[in-house]
Amino acid sequence: MTATETAPEAGAGAAAPGHAPIGPRVIAFARDYAALILLAAIFVTLSVISSSFLSFTNVMNILNQNAPLAIIAVAGTFVIVSGAFDLSTAAMYAVASVVAASIATSTGSTWPALLAAPALGLVMGALNGLAVTRLNVHSFLATLASSLVYKAVAVLVTGGSLITVTTSGFSDLGRGQVAGIFYSVLILLAVFALAWLLLNGTVFGRHVFAVGGNADAAHLSGVRVDRVKVIVFALSGLAAGIAAAIGVSRLASGQPQAGSGLDLQAIAAIILGGTSIYGGVGAVWRSLVGVYLIALIGNGFDILNVNPQMKDLVTGVIILAAVALAAADRRRR
Amino acid sequence: MATAQPVIELTGITKRFGGTVALDDVHLAVHAGSVHALVGENGAGKSTLGKIASGIYTPDTGRIAVDGQPVGRWDTVRAQRRGIVMIAQELSLVPDLTVAQNVFLGIEQSTFGLLRRDHGRRFAALDEMAGFGLDPEARVGDLRIADQQKVEILRALAREAKVIVMDEPTSSLTAHETRRLHEVIRLLTTQGRAVVYVSHFLDSVLEVSDTVTVMRDGRRIRTAPAADQTKSSLVEAMLGRELAVSFPALPPAPHPGTEPLLKVEALASDRGVKRASFEVRPGEIVGLLGLVGSGRTEIARALIGADRVTAGRVTLAGRALGRTTPRHSRDAGLVLVPEDRHGQGLVLQRSVTENMTLASLGRFSRLGVIDRRAVSRQVDELVRRLELRPARPELPVQSFSGGNQQKALIAKWLVGDPKLVILDEPTRGVDVGAKLAIYELIADLAARGIGVLLISSEHEEVLGLAHRAHLVSRGEVLDEVDPRHLAVEDVLRRLFDVADTAPAGDAGKAKEPSP
Repeated sequence: MTATETAPEAGAGAAAPGHAPIGPRVIAFARDYAALILLAAIFVTLSVISSSFLSFTNVMNILNQNAPLAIIAVAGTFVIVSGAFDLSTAAMYAVASVVAASIATSTGSTWPALLAAPALGLVMGALNGLAVTRLNVHSFLATLASSLVYKAVAVLVTGGSLITVTTSGFSDLGRGQVAGIFYSVLILLAVFALAWLLLNGTVFGRHVFAVGGNADAAHLSGVRVDRVKVIVFALSGLAAGIAAAIGVSRLASGQPQAGSGLDLQAIAAIILGGTSIYGGVGAVWRSLVGVYLIALIGNGFDILNVNPQMKDLVTGVIILAAVALAAADRRRR
Repeated sequence: MATAQPVIELTGITKRFGGTVALDDVHLAVHAGSVHALVGENGAGKSTLGKIASGIYTPDTGRIAVDGQPVGRWDTVRAQRRGIVMIAQELSLVPDLTVAQNVFLGIEQSTFGLLRRDHGRRFAALDEMAGFGLDPEARVGDLRIADQQKVEILRALAREAKVIVMDEPTSSLTAHETRRLHEVIRLLTTQGRAVVYVSHFLDSVLEVSDTVTVMRDGRRIRTAPAADQTKSSLVEAMLGRELAVSFPALPPAPHPGTEPLLKVEALASDRGVKRASFEVRPGEIVGLLGLVGSGRTEIARALIGADRVTAGRVTLAGRALGRTTPRHSRDAGLVLVPEDRHGQGLVLQRSVTENMTLASLGRFSRLGVIDRRAVSRQVDELVRRLELRPARPELPVQSFSGGNQQKALIAKWLVGDPKLVILDEPTRGVDVGAKLAIYELIADLAARGIGVLLISSEHEEVLGLAHRAHLVSRGEVLDEVDPRHLAVEDVLRRLFDVADTAPAGDAGKAKEPSP
């Protein structure tokens, strides 16, 4: 019964699998996998027109640089599929970074500091979830407000300045490699594999789809909707904490501005990948595709030496086009 | 059949919503292996009672006991654990999940949180027991309402429910599907389960139930064996007075030579209309008689341009409509009052006034500024004509009963002085009193020279109200019939004969003809 695994996402485009004539099926496939096809197309194009693109080092660098964002987007998929938003991931990243940096400088030990980041992220995420469920505040507003609080906490911890970490071994997590593969990429792969299993193979994952698809129906079916929401936000916080541990280790410094912009970049990548912003439909792999599609566009600009100011413009247009394509599909129903 | 100990007993239940008392000291005892019907007008409190039994609402006062044991906190999760499951009228499924995923939602079997892979087998067993033949992998959002309801029933069965509360289960089913449902209900009772059957369809109630509780204005009027009841005794108890379910006098049919207002020739659409040809004259009520899924609604949607027309001609008052959009059709004087009042018709949080005038604000505004006095003049007139209760159009739509919401929806489309009105299931889920008001409104429309195309699953309604009617099957408009010389049984026999000769078989089956 492999259909169980893929059904929620397959449902997005394949209303009548196997029965439609070939033409519409190709179109439906293209619509469903637009981001993936685009990613492959850009990858091939860059490989052909640039001699420096297709090298293990360059590809590994792209993977490595975007690993923190990708980790946040993978967990953010759960939030979006459940029909909510988390606008506080960047702020949680900042808090986790500066706390990890200050623990490292004050104690002189690496691992307690780096483990504090995910733990703190988990707590902050769970607090978001409780604000959404207990106070009954829309997630958009709840996390917008909590992000202000968390940012202020990050400033308070550092006193507004940079905390430089000189503890030995602190940078291993962010910069280290095994067999040429960065630890951060291995962590991303592990997070991705676990998230995929969690969303598609577990009761919890099924309930995330149900809560996002129709929260009332889920409630009437005996799904503990509030608990699902709290866990979803806790996962998002945990991911922000893991990303922060990698980021702070890489820079060997903690600052309250760290991670700014990650929240919206992650949401953009999730939606670009094809997860529905209305909840109920989506997949973890789509968010990875979204993250790296944006990353490749940026890398292409660097390689081709095009005016970098065009980068945001092109990225914005592509996101708009992808969302419009999904909206056109919805109107057809 | 009934054992001494009720499987669920509600005592002294009172429930208020804001200022209105929905239930007032109500008692209900349901026994295992029996069907207990709740009847009453909309707003009588029968749905509320069902929702309290199944934990969706909490009563203000009163006690609930399951198998003689008083329950403590009572919510949907606890109710389901004790085997009390509700199938709500406004179906609550997750459209993006598959049939099987919806059926097992909330009761997925797992090992350490990992989903087990035996849902296919479990689903097949359930589906076989119910005899629905649903495709477990189909996306629920793609199914018709009748099939979605079957998913809800399977969901209750999957929960090993001891008591299944069904709120208006037959309102979107064909006669054939209703019979099937009743067979399933009887099967459930022979397994020792109890069914609480909330319905407006008194024939269905009398056919299937063992006990009937009649409610009026939040109070229990009486509980008695169904065998002692007749349709008119129930209606009398519901209304507190005697009322024949009758139709208003129709305005005379227009002369057969009258130039038709609407002329439809060989219409086809991308949503399954294959060949529809008929005419409606000014002041004439024309009915479409068909089973659910026959393409009745799709014909209406194609006419106003909501679905894509692939062939044929539509002429309204001598002018060809061509490829039209709902907005363009409305401007031309052709409107559709849709079937699904929540999904397509009304903005529930906004007032009745706003909803009534939403589609025609252009008539009440100058340079974009709304003339409130003109709005309230028009709204007051419609409120009076439709007998909206309570007559307070400033309240949000969601605070009105289903029947009154339906009145507001119909009123919305009458504001723009349409030439031809298509009514799709105008009385679905509406109580007897509101039905009569809607019938009178339909007759009134025709008397004012408006053409009416009437679509209804309640064939009596079409037969009682239409000057002429057409049979519809599989996207085609068939023979014209004379409603005055046709009984409901004749209609059904003819529709099923037609349906049975078609290759794919029985129209009551789960699968719809694919477009």
